[in-house]
Amino acid sequence: MAESIDVQSSKWRNVEVGRVVLFVRGKFAGKLAAIVEIIDHKRVLVDGPSKESADQVPRHSAPLSSVSLTAIVLKKLPLAIRRGPLTKVWEKEEVESKWKQTASAKSALRKQTRKNLTDFERFKVVRLRKQARFEVRKAHASIRKSAK
Amino acid sequence: MGRLNEYQVIGRHLPTETNEHPKLYRMRIFAPNNTVAKSRFWYFLQKLRKVKKANGEIVSLNIISEKRPEKVKYDSRSGTHNMYKEYREMSRTDAVEALYQDMAARHRSRFRSIHILKVVELEKTADVKRPYIKQILSKGLKFPLPHRIPKGNSKKIFHPHRPSTFA
Repeated sequence: MAESIDVQSSKWRNVEVGRVVLFVRGKFAGKLAAIVEIIDHKRVLVDGPSKESADQVPRHSAPLSSVSLTAIVLKKLPLAIRRGPLTKVWEKEEVESKWKQTASAKSALRKQTRKNLTDFERFKVVRLRKQARFEVRKAHASIRKSAK
Repeated sequence: MGRLNEYQVIGRHLPTETNEHPKLYRMRIFAPNNTVAKSRFWYFLQKLRKVKKANGEIVSLNIISEKRPEKVKYDSRSGTHNMYKEYREMSRTDAVEALYQDMAARHRSRFRSIHILKVVELEKTADVKRPYIKQILSKGLKFPLPHRIPKGNSKKIFHPHRPSTFA
Protein backbone atom coordinates (compact mmCIF):
# COMPACT_ATOMS: atom_id res chain seq x y z
CA MET A 1 0.00 0.00 0.00
CA ALA A 2 2.73 2.42 0.97
CA GLU A 3 4.39 2.75 -2.35
CA SER A 4 7.37 5.01 -2.48
CA ILE A 5 6.87 8.04 -4.60
CA ASP A 6 9.77 9.38 -6.54
CA VAL A 7 9.54 13.15 -6.41
CA GLN A 8 11.88 14.91 -8.76
CA SER A 9 12.46 18.60 -8.64
CA SER A 10 12.18 20.28 -12.00
CA LYS A 11 15.44 21.06 -13.66
CA TRP A 12 15.52 24.79 -14.15
CA ARG A 13 18.48 26.40 -15.77
CA ASN A 14 20.25 28.48 -13.18
CA VAL A 15 21.66 31.94 -13.30
CA GLU A 16 25.25 31.17 -12.30
CA VAL A 17 28.78 32.24 -13.07
CA GLY A 18 29.77 30.55 -16.34
CA ARG A 19 26.26 30.23 -17.75
CA VAL A 20 26.09 31.21 -21.41
CA VAL A 21 23.19 33.52 -22.13
CA LEU A 22 21.51 34.55 -25.36
CA PHE A 23 20.38 38.13 -25.75
CA VAL A 24 16.76 38.17 -26.82
CA ARG A 25 16.21 41.90 -26.81
CA GLY A 26 18.08 45.15 -27.22
CA LYS A 27 21.25 46.09 -29.01
CA PHE A 28 22.88 42.67 -28.69
CA ALA A 29 19.83 40.58 -29.64
CA GLY A 30 20.86 37.20 -31.03
CA LYS A 31 24.36 37.31 -29.56
CA LEU A 32 25.92 35.03 -26.97
CA ALA A 33 27.72 36.02 -23.77
CA ALA A 34 28.85 34.34 -20.58
CA ILE A 35 27.83 35.41 -17.08
CA VAL A 36 31.01 36.59 -15.38
CA GLU A 37 29.49 37.79 -12.12
CA ILE A 38 26.04 38.12 -10.62
CA ILE A 39 25.41 41.74 -9.61
CA ASP A 40 22.03 41.19 -7.98
CA HIS A 41 18.83 39.23 -8.55
CA LYS A 42 18.01 41.24 -11.67
CA ARG A 43 21.34 42.07 -13.25
CA VAL A 44 24.47 40.18 -14.27
CA LEU A 45 27.88 41.18 -15.57
CA VAL A 46 28.29 39.57 -18.99
CA ASP A 47 31.10 39.28 -21.51
CA GLY A 48 30.85 37.83 -25.01
CA PRO A 49 34.33 37.18 -26.43
CA SER A 50 33.39 35.83 -29.85
CA LYS A 51 36.08 35.60 -32.51
CA GLU A 52 34.06 37.57 -35.01
CA SER A 53 33.79 41.18 -33.99
CA ALA A 54 30.16 41.34 -35.17
CA ASP A 55 29.18 38.68 -32.61
CA GLN A 56 31.06 40.17 -29.70
CA VAL A 57 29.30 41.50 -26.64
CA PRO A 58 31.26 44.07 -24.62
CA ARG A 59 31.63 43.49 -20.88
CA HIS A 60 28.66 45.22 -19.30
CA SER A 61 25.89 44.89 -16.77
CA ALA A 62 22.88 43.33 -18.46
CA PRO A 63 19.36 42.98 -17.04
CA LEU A 64 18.23 39.37 -16.80
CA SER A 65 14.99 40.37 -18.50
CA SER A 66 16.88 40.92 -21.75
CA VAL A 67 18.57 37.53 -21.84
CA SER A 68 17.53 33.90 -21.96
CA LEU A 69 19.58 31.17 -20.34
CA THR A 70 21.04 28.55 -22.67
CA ALA A 71 21.92 24.98 -21.72
CA ILE A 72 25.64 25.70 -22.14
CA VAL A 73 27.66 26.28 -18.96
CA LEU A 74 31.37 27.00 -18.75
CA LYS A 75 32.28 24.74 -15.84
CA LYS A 76 34.19 26.13 -12.87
CA LEU A 77 34.64 29.60 -14.32
CA PRO A 78 36.49 31.84 -11.85
CA LEU A 79 34.51 34.80 -10.52
CA ALA A 80 34.93 38.03 -12.51
CA ILE A 81 37.25 36.45 -15.10
CA ARG A 82 38.79 38.97 -17.48
CA ARG A 83 38.43 39.13 -21.26
CA GLY A 84 41.68 37.35 -22.17
CA PRO A 85 41.33 34.18 -20.08
CA LEU A 86 37.61 34.07 -20.84
CA THR A 87 38.34 34.03 -24.59
CA LYS A 88 40.54 30.97 -24.10
CA VAL A 89 37.85 29.12 -22.14
CA TRP A 90 35.24 30.21 -24.70
CA GLU A 91 37.26 28.72 -27.56
CA LYS A 92 38.24 25.59 -25.65
CA GLU A 93 34.63 24.83 -24.77
CA GLU A 94 33.58 25.55 -28.39
CA VAL A 95 30.62 27.54 -27.19
CA GLU A 96 29.60 28.80 -30.60
CA SER A 97 29.73 25.44 -32.39
CA LYS A 98 27.80 23.88 -29.47
CA TRP A 99 25.21 26.64 -29.75
CA LYS A 100 24.84 26.16 -33.52
CA GLN A 101 23.84 22.53 -32.96
CA THR A 102 20.95 23.36 -30.63
CA ALA A 103 17.40 23.26 -31.91
CA SER A 104 16.69 26.89 -31.09
CA ALA A 105 19.78 28.09 -32.96
CA LYS A 106 18.79 26.01 -35.96
CA SER A 107 15.24 27.32 -36.00
CA ALA A 108 16.50 30.88 -35.63
CA LEU A 109 18.81 30.35 -38.60
CA ARG A 110 15.97 28.84 -40.64
CA LYS A 111 13.72 31.74 -39.74
CA GLN A 112 16.39 34.16 -40.86
CA THR A 113 17.02 32.43 -44.21
CA ARG A 114 13.29 32.11 -44.85
CA LYS A 115 12.90 35.81 -44.14
CA ASN A 116 15.49 36.74 -46.75
CA LEU A 117 14.05 34.60 -49.57
CA THR A 118 12.79 36.21 -52.76
CA ASP A 119 9.28 35.63 -54.03
CA PHE A 120 10.44 33.00 -56.52
CA GLU A 121 12.46 31.20 -53.85
CA ARG A 122 9.44 31.14 -51.55
CA PHE A 123 7.48 29.58 -54.46
CA LYS A 124 10.18 26.93 -54.82
CA VAL A 125 9.92 26.16 -51.08
CA VAL A 126 6.17 25.62 -51.46
CA ARG A 127 6.69 23.26 -54.42
CA LEU A 128 9.40 21.26 -52.62
CA ARG A 129 7.33 20.95 -49.46
CA LYS A 130 4.38 19.73 -51.52
CA GLN A 131 6.58 17.11 -53.22
CA ALA A 132 7.92 15.91 -49.88
CA ARG A 133 4.40 15.72 -48.41
CA PHE A 134 3.20 13.75 -51.45
CA GLU A 135 5.95 11.16 -51.00
CA VAL A 136 5.22 10.79 -47.29
CA ARG A 137 1.51 10.34 -47.90
CA LYS A 138 2.14 7.80 -50.65
CA ALA A 139 4.25 5.74 -48.26
CA HIS A 140 1.58 6.01 -45.55
CA ALA A 141 -1.14 4.90 -47.96
CA SER A 142 0.79 1.84 -49.04
CA ILE A 143 1.43 0.87 -45.41
CA ARG A 144 -2.23 1.31 -44.55
CA LYS A 145 -3.20 -0.82 -47.53
CA SER A 146 -0.84 -3.65 -46.58
CA ALA A 147 -2.03 -3.55 -42.96
CA LYS A 148 -5.65 -4.37 -43.92
CA MET B 1 15.92 63.43 -12.47
CA GLY B 2 18.47 62.44 -15.04
CA ARG B 3 21.63 60.47 -14.68
CA LEU B 4 24.10 61.84 -12.19
CA ASN B 5 27.71 62.90 -12.57
CA GLU B 6 30.33 63.25 -9.93
CA TYR B 7 31.74 66.78 -9.80
CA GLN B 8 34.72 68.24 -8.10
CA VAL B 9 33.85 71.80 -7.06
CA ILE B 10 36.45 74.17 -5.64
CA GLY B 11 35.35 77.54 -4.27
CA ARG B 12 36.40 80.24 -1.85
CA HIS B 13 35.40 83.45 -0.13
CA LEU B 14 36.13 86.57 -2.21
CA PRO B 15 39.46 88.19 -1.26
CA THR B 16 39.02 91.04 1.22
CA GLU B 17 41.34 93.69 2.67
CA THR B 18 41.86 91.69 5.84
CA ASN B 19 42.18 88.35 4.06
CA GLU B 20 43.79 88.54 0.66
CA HIS B 21 44.21 84.81 0.24
CA PRO B 22 41.04 83.10 1.43
CA LYS B 23 41.02 79.37 2.00
CA LEU B 24 39.93 77.10 -0.85
CA TYR B 25 37.18 74.56 -0.20
CA ARG B 26 36.86 71.42 -2.24
CA MET B 27 33.82 69.17 -2.44
CA ARG B 28 32.82 66.10 -4.38
CA ILE B 29 29.22 66.47 -5.38
CA PHE B 30 26.82 64.16 -7.17
CA ALA B 31 24.52 66.18 -9.40
CA PRO B 32 22.75 65.92 -12.76
CA ASN B 33 24.57 68.95 -14.22
CA ASN B 34 27.10 71.63 -13.31
CA THR B 35 24.44 74.22 -12.39
CA VAL B 36 23.03 71.93 -9.74
CA ALA B 37 26.55 70.97 -8.67
CA LYS B 38 27.44 74.63 -8.01
CA SER B 39 24.15 75.21 -6.24
CA ARG B 40 24.71 72.19 -3.96
CA PHE B 41 28.24 73.39 -3.29
CA TRP B 42 26.98 76.73 -1.94
CA TYR B 43 24.23 75.01 0.00
CA PHE B 44 26.65 72.72 1.82
CA LEU B 45 29.35 75.37 2.26
CA GLN B 46 26.90 77.75 3.95
CA LYS B 47 26.16 75.03 6.46
CA LEU B 48 29.82 74.47 7.25
CA ARG B 49 31.57 77.85 6.86
CA LYS B 50 30.65 81.52 6.82
CA VAL B 51 30.77 81.80 3.03
CA LYS B 52 27.84 82.32 0.70
CA LYS B 53 27.39 82.72 -3.00
CA ALA B 54 27.10 86.53 -2.77
CA ASN B 55 30.53 86.86 -1.16
CA GLY B 56 32.23 83.87 -2.72
CA GLU B 57 33.38 82.50 -6.03
CA ILE B 58 33.79 79.15 -7.69
CA VAL B 59 37.37 78.54 -8.64
CA SER B 60 37.02 75.35 -10.60
CA LEU B 61 34.47 72.71 -11.47
CA ASN B 62 35.16 69.47 -13.25
CA ILE B 63 33.65 66.05 -13.72
CA ILE B 64 35.29 63.11 -12.01
CA SER B 65 34.85 60.12 -14.25
CA GLU B 66 35.83 56.59 -13.43
CA LYS B 67 37.90 54.46 -15.71
CA ARG B 68 37.09 50.91 -14.79
CA PRO B 69 33.64 49.62 -15.55
CA GLU B 70 34.22 46.82 -13.10
CA LYS B 71 32.11 45.22 -10.48
CA VAL B 72 32.15 47.04 -7.17
CA LYS B 73 30.37 47.37 -3.88
CA TYR B 74 29.62 50.69 -2.32
CA ASP B 75 28.23 52.24 0.73
CA SER B 76 26.98 55.71 1.53
CA ARG B 77 25.39 57.74 4.27
CA SER B 78 22.64 60.35 4.36
CA GLY B 79 20.03 62.49 6.05
CA THR B 80 18.54 63.94 9.21
CA HIS B 81 18.29 60.40 10.34
CA ASN B 82 21.74 59.03 9.85
CA MET B 83 21.74 56.08 7.57
CA TYR B 84 24.22 53.64 6.27
CA LYS B 85 23.38 51.86 3.05
CA GLU B 86 25.15 49.48 0.77
CA TYR B 87 24.71 49.12 -2.96
CA ARG B 88 26.26 46.83 -5.50
CA GLU B 89 26.96 48.79 -8.65
CA MET B 90 29.55 49.28 -11.35
CA SER B 91 30.60 52.84 -10.47
CA ARG B 92 30.31 55.54 -7.82
CA THR B 93 27.71 57.49 -9.77
CA ASP B 94 25.68 54.34 -10.40
CA ALA B 95 25.74 53.60 -6.68
CA VAL B 96 24.58 57.12 -5.81
CA GLU B 97 21.83 56.93 -8.41
CA ALA B 98 20.72 53.64 -6.89
CA LEU B 99 20.77 55.33 -3.47
CA TYR B 100 18.47 58.18 -4.56
CA GLN B 101 16.14 55.75 -6.30
CA ASP B 102 16.08 53.43 -3.29
CA MET B 103 15.49 56.28 -0.82
CA ALA B 104 12.68 57.62 -3.00
CA ALA B 105 11.10 54.18 -3.13
CA ARG B 106 11.42 53.18 0.52
CA HIS B 107 11.08 56.54 2.26
CA ARG B 108 9.57 58.85 -0.38
CA SER B 109 12.56 61.12 0.17
CA ARG B 110 13.51 63.72 -2.42
CA PHE B 111 16.86 64.67 -3.90
CA ARG B 112 16.89 67.89 -1.87
CA SER B 113 16.43 66.11 1.44
CA ILE B 114 19.33 63.70 1.13
CA HIS B 115 22.83 64.69 2.17
CA ILE B 116 25.46 62.23 1.11
CA LEU B 117 28.29 62.36 3.58
CA LYS B 118 30.52 59.75 2.14
CA VAL B 119 30.72 57.22 -0.65
CA VAL B 120 33.19 54.46 -0.03
CA GLU B 121 34.06 51.41 -2.02
CA LEU B 122 34.07 48.24 0.05
CA GLU B 123 36.79 46.03 -1.30
CA LYS B 124 36.62 43.23 1.21
CA THR B 125 33.63 40.95 1.55
CA ALA B 126 34.16 40.93 5.31
CA ASP B 127 33.41 44.67 5.42
CA VAL B 128 29.91 44.22 4.06
CA LYS B 129 27.34 44.73 6.81
CA ARG B 130 23.92 44.55 5.20
CA PRO B 131 22.27 41.17 4.73
CA TYR B 132 20.75 42.15 1.38
CA ILE B 133 24.26 42.56 -0.05
CA LYS B 134 25.70 39.64 1.91
CA GLN B 135 23.26 37.22 0.34
CA ILE B 136 24.49 38.09 -3.16
CA LEU B 137 28.08 37.52 -2.11
CA SER B 138 27.52 33.96 -0.92
CA LYS B 139 29.83 31.50 -2.57
CA GLY B 140 28.59 29.48 -5.55
CA LEU B 141 25.46 31.61 -5.86
CA LYS B 142 22.93 30.35 -8.37
CA PHE B 143 19.21 30.71 -8.84
CA PRO B 144 16.65 29.87 -11.52
CA LEU B 145 14.36 32.23 -13.40
CA PRO B 146 11.21 30.16 -13.13
CA HIS B 147 8.17 30.65 -15.33
CA ARG B 148 9.10 33.63 -17.40
CA ILE B 149 6.81 34.63 -20.20
CA PRO B 150 8.98 35.72 -23.11
CA LYS B 151 8.14 39.25 -24.07
CA GLY B 152 8.06 40.41 -27.66
CA ASN B 153 6.51 37.42 -29.37
CA SER B 154 3.29 37.63 -27.35
CA LYS B 155 1.94 40.76 -28.95
CA LYS B 156 -1.20 39.05 -30.18
CA ILE B 157 -4.25 39.20 -27.94
CA PHE B 158 -5.31 35.68 -28.84
CA HIS B 159 -2.94 32.85 -29.43
CA PRO B 160 -3.60 29.17 -30.15
CA HIS B 161 -1.00 27.96 -27.66
CA ARG B 162 -0.08 28.93 -24.15
CA PRO B 163 3.50 30.24 -23.89
CA SER B 164 6.22 27.81 -22.91
CA THR B 165 7.69 29.12 -19.67
CA PHE B 166 10.49 26.59 -19.36
CA ALA B 167 13.81 27.98 -20.47
